[in-house]
Amino acid sequence: MAVHVREAHHGCMAEQIRSKRRWRRGSWRRVPEQRVLGGVAAGISARTGVDVNVVRTVFVVLAFGGGFGVACYLAAWLLIPATGEATSIGSSALSDRTGITLAAGLASLVTAVFVLLSLVGAGWIGSLAWSFVLSVIGIVLIARNAPPAEQATLRRLADPLIGFAGDTTRSRIALRATVGAALLIAGVITLLVGHTSTALLRPLAGVALVIGAVVVVLGPWWLRVGRELVAERQARARAEERADMASRVHDSVLQTLALIQRRATDPQQVIQLARAQERELRAWLFDGQAPGSVADEMTFAAGVRRIQSDVEAQHGVTVEVVTVGDCPIDEDLQALLGAAREATVNAAKWSGVQVISIFAEVEPEAVSLYVRDRGRGFDPASVPADRKGLSDSIHARMDRHGGSTEVRTAPGAGTEIRLSIPRLAVGQTAPA
Amino acid sequence: MSDSTSPRPRVFIVDDHGLFRSGVRSELGSHVEVIGEADDVEPAIAGIATSEPDVVLLDVHLPGGGGQAVVTALRTTHPKVRFLALSASDAPEDVIAVIRAGARGYVTKTISGADLVDAVMRVAQGEAVFSSRLAGFVLDAFAALPAAGQQTPPFDPELDQLTPREREVLRLIARGFTYKEIARELFISAKTVESHVSSVLRKLQLSTRHQLTRWATDRRLD
Repeated sequence: MAVHVREAHHGCMAEQIRSKRRWRRGSWRRVPEQRVLGGVAAGISARTGVDVNVVRTVFVVLAFGGGFGVACYLAAWLLIPATGEATSIGSSALSDRTGITLAAGLASLVTAVFVLLSLVGAGWIGSLAWSFVLSVIGIVLIARNAPPAEQATLRRLADPLIGFAGDTTRSRIALRATVGAALLIAGVITLLVGHTSTALLRPLAGVALVIGAVVVVLGPWWLRVGRELVAERQARARAEERADMASRVHDSVLQTLALIQRRATDPQQVIQLARAQERELRAWLFDGQAPGSVADEMTFAAGVRRIQSDVEAQHGVTVEVVTVGDCPIDEDLQALLGAAREATVNAAKWSGVQVISIFAEVEPEAVSLYVRDRGRGFDPASVPADRKGLSDSIHARMDRHGGSTEVRTAPGAGTEIRLSIPRLAVGQTAPA
Repeated sequence: MSDSTSPRPRVFIVDDHGLFRSGVRSELGSHVEVIGEADDVEPAIAGIATSEPDVVLLDVHLPGGGGQAVVTALRTTHPKVRFLALSASDAPEDVIAVIRAGARGYVTKTISGADLVDAVMRVAQGEAVFSSRLAGFVLDAFAALPAAGQQTPPFDPELDQLTPREREVLRLIARGFTYKEIARELFISAKTVESHVSSVLRKLQLSTRHQLTRWATDRRLD
């Protein structure tokens, strides 16, 4: 049996590969660069020569005709690979088990709702059902498997809906409860007043029974899907938290331990280092003040000078600082300073020279900071993966805050780390 | 870096710390000829006027007034004497004031011996010497000026604004690049880098923009 199953599976894979090839030969490709949603219309236009706006109009018209256009569009989005991509979103969705379960769960939920609607006599709604169900499946699979840029598009579209459903401010909850209660009361009164004969309530009882049955049969499954989703999101949040924590511990505790090992012959300094680290760690664990963070009222230039004095004190090197302009520190600049501190400490530890230069410039659109040494440099490709400094404390940290990192180095040629982060339009200050 | 064929520049040192003067003297060593020293404004003016050195190493801070008093007193009577400002101070207003008075450059006292010799040689040849810190100050000073378009007359874009290229060069100096490295980075010759720096110095000294003059005072009031 097992063998048969596997063969069947292989057959399915072969089919899938063949179909992929066919797409490629036919050169149907979505064009994400010109996309409004998924670039499907642009792709069709490129393949057929029909003007892209005509294609878009057809989709919109079909969308109003029973939702057909929406389902078609989503199917195309799912099955046609983007330009420059070898596989479609659909093929990567095949291995997304949670996604498939979720799609099936939602589809069954939607089907159940439609069955109920047709039971209470709103049969015409049933004609919308299949395109609606297909759309739901499509949206779920695309949202989970599309490249980040396309996911962002979807999220932007869904934002108002999510915002409404996820809105937990008190006034909104109260408003919703009031509206719900009013509708409920109105409904019950209409039923009792409008239909004095209880016999007319019987179909309603039937509907209630069907709802009950569906909930009993499918309810636990829906619940499990929901719970899995929550668990997944929590796991992701935990992983992010861990990464953040790891880079903080690396910046503070591990750095200090390394220093202590190096200064083992100087008890006075070891004690001093240990004390300072203890203070910092306590402040972080019990007062929630991040290590290496600067006080809120400090300006950016003052933060850079703080790095200068700290690194000079801890590592016995000279840090030359030149700053141009200044501004208050926000969360992004806090991250920039954290990365800059790490880069400076790295230069102090590894460059082998006594002078490190920092140049920081605050411009209206961006803040840039350069850490440069004329030391031995290194080969970025040969940095072991377990050395967290550059990858986690600098690159990842800058990425998380929308900044960029550039490393210019080569063995013997010194090192320059360039950090840059865009500035929000608010919080302008004069550079003087 | 010094050109061995050129005669040794004659240097006069003005600083109120005797220890620092002797330190500089030994660092400059045989590359230059130190022909005199002074520890305050009055003796410096008198000494420089009689000895007529090629380069004066001038401390920005002197007990009897800023180094700028020395430059101002001698600029018209001894135009061939060139000044290189030296300071341990962070105060941009004093540095800019000395440069505007006529000094050809500014270096910090933390400069290495070799770099100081190089800076003296450059100033002796009439070049401008910008340390990374001075470059930062200048960028700051010109950034403090209102942007083009919001200018009230009299505004002379020739003098009151830096070109994008000059900005780029200053930024690289501020990042610690040497002229040679800047030339390589921007695909221009070292001579062109020099001319950009000289042009910035000219603007700094000749701009009549009262914002630039006042910039120093604004900074002090901060």
